[in-house]
Amino acid sequence: MLDQTEGYMTADGRKIGGVVMDMRNITLRFGGVEAIKNISFDIREGEIRAIIGPNGAGKSSMLNVISGFYVPQEGEVWFRGSKRPPMKPYQVAQQGIARTFQNIALFEGMSVLDNVMTGRLNNMKTGLLQQALWRGAAEREEVENREICEKVIDFLEIQHIRKTPVARLPYGLKKRVELARALASEPKLLLLDEPMAGMNVEEKEDMSRFILSVNDEFGTTIALIEHDMGVVMDLSDRVVVMDYGKKIGDGTPDEVRNNQDVIDAYLGVSHD
Amino acid sequence: MSDTLIFSMEVFLNGLMAGVLYALVALGFVLIYKASGIFNYAQGVMALFAALTLVGIMDGQVPFSHLINAALGTDIHHFGWHVPAFIGIILSMGVMVILAWIVQKVIFRHLVGQEPIILFMATIGLAYFMEGLGDIMWGSDIKKLDVGLPQGINIAIDEATYGIFGYGFFIDNLDIVATIIAALLVGVLVIFSQYTKQGRAMRAVADDHQAALSVGINLNFIWVMVWSVAGFVALVAGIMWGTKSGVQFSLSLIALKALPVLMLGGFTSIPGAIVGGLIIGVGEKMFEFLIGPMIGGATENWFAYVLALIFLVFRPQGLFGEKIIERV
Repeated sequence: MLDQTEGYMTADGRKIGGVVMDMRNITLRFGGVEAIKNISFDIREGEIRAIIGPNGAGKSSMLNVISGFYVPQEGEVWFRGSKRPPMKPYQVAQQGIARTFQNIALFEGMSVLDNVMTGRLNNMKTGLLQQALWRGAAEREEVENREICEKVIDFLEIQHIRKTPVARLPYGLKKRVELARALASEPKLLLLDEPMAGMNVEEKEDMSRFILSVNDEFGTTIALIEHDMGVVMDLSDRVVVMDYGKKIGDGTPDEVRNNQDVIDAYLGVSHD
Repeated sequence: MSDTLIFSMEVFLNGLMAGVLYALVALGFVLIYKASGIFNYAQGVMALFAALTLVGIMDGQVPFSHLINAALGTDIHHFGWHVPAFIGIILSMGVMVILAWIVQKVIFRHLVGQEPIILFMATIGLAYFMEGLGDIMWGSDIKKLDVGLPQGINIAIDEATYGIFGYGFFIDNLDIVATIIAALLVGVLVIFSQYTKQGRAMRAVADDHQAALSVGINLNFIWVMVWSVAGFVALVAGIMWGTKSGVQFSLSLIALKALPVLMLGGFTSIPGAIVGGLIIGVGEKMFEFLIGPMIGGATENWFAYVLALIFLVFRPQGLFGEKIIERV
């Protein structure tokens, strides 16, 4: 079983650290509908954590709670050892939680590079006048930020479209640009909302490869939502399974795969 | 050189100068549109309101004096002091920032993520509200605005052209100042929106609210900033027009002249606003001078609109606007 403070070793020998994000008894309601019912789970440093479940299970709602787009009625969110007060999404982002969206939210009118650069907005410290006059500290900072962005762009293999307006790109590349923007902020926790949705097999393989190497190369902690079981099982270290707003399973892919409740939820169960 | 040609040159130059003033108003529209995705119908009224506020502050007018007098039976109109132009402009800018904050708090905070057409409708409401507010606060009489800008014929140009053509051109000093100010304004705003963190955040917000939130941009702050910038541009335009033709409520109608300018230049282009303004300014003056007498004159009233209409048919995105490409 897991050690609560020390973390654990994965099968492929990566060291997983302490708890980064701890969700405690989260309940989220929309009017009379309970989208999330009293769910607790944690995300540990350096791991790839998946949240899976059939359509309407409340996966996206959970991601929106973590990223501050929804505020739960009950429960506590603990981030890096302290309880998080109710926050606006931009404040959550400033704390170091970056995300992508299921239906892609990019700045369509800007180039790929400009999009990725917006990921660094919160890392810019120099004042307005300094920046406007383009001197000293501001210039150094711009260069530093630019270097980080270029590194991310190289890493995700989108150099060839750096200057292309995002609106012109095909779907798969847009997803990759969105990932690049999130990565550029050097997040402490990266949230991916269905990163493989709507992709063909080849694109899915590419995306899986990128997610794994982001985790490997930068040590980024990643939480992702997916309903393609196969992809999730290959990618993630631990999996939370949701169904109708409830948590029905939590553990390593193997544990989850053999969990009867999970099998029932995915394959259906005859009530006789 | 023939007289007609020399006159034409003078008319051309004056058209250019008038065009600068059109461009100044159009700029306000383009900036807000580029920065927030909102087509701000209230831009013209904001210019009027800013000019009214400036005159009111400089003359020490009591705001809402008609209302106060009617309610309390008093007879107060002025505080009895005069404020220097420089301080008056700073105070007026302060009023415009407060107004920006209120507009954000009361209207646009509630419209995050809405369709552009809904935001546009909100600005129509805002325009009527501000016209009424300006009237109640400062009264509806025509006021003279003098912030110390040079006015009247430019002697140097008059003499120089007399030396060359034997005929002195009449160029108003105010128009020259307006040109310089417009150029400075564009420079400052371009630097701001392209090279600063706030400018980049502003463009991000214009593009996608949700994405902007997810990279840690405070929407409310950016919108207050955008409306403050709009207020600033309105103040500059208000000062220019107010100095030229007095601060009066027909000033809000100059906003209508900005529409053909934008159709010509393209709604998303800063150079477009300037070139569009100049073309309309020169076009309507030259048309009036050359063709007007043949068809009974008064062509300045409709020339800009007809030109815009022709553009709408043959080049709907304007001269510099972004071509609308939709992926299908």
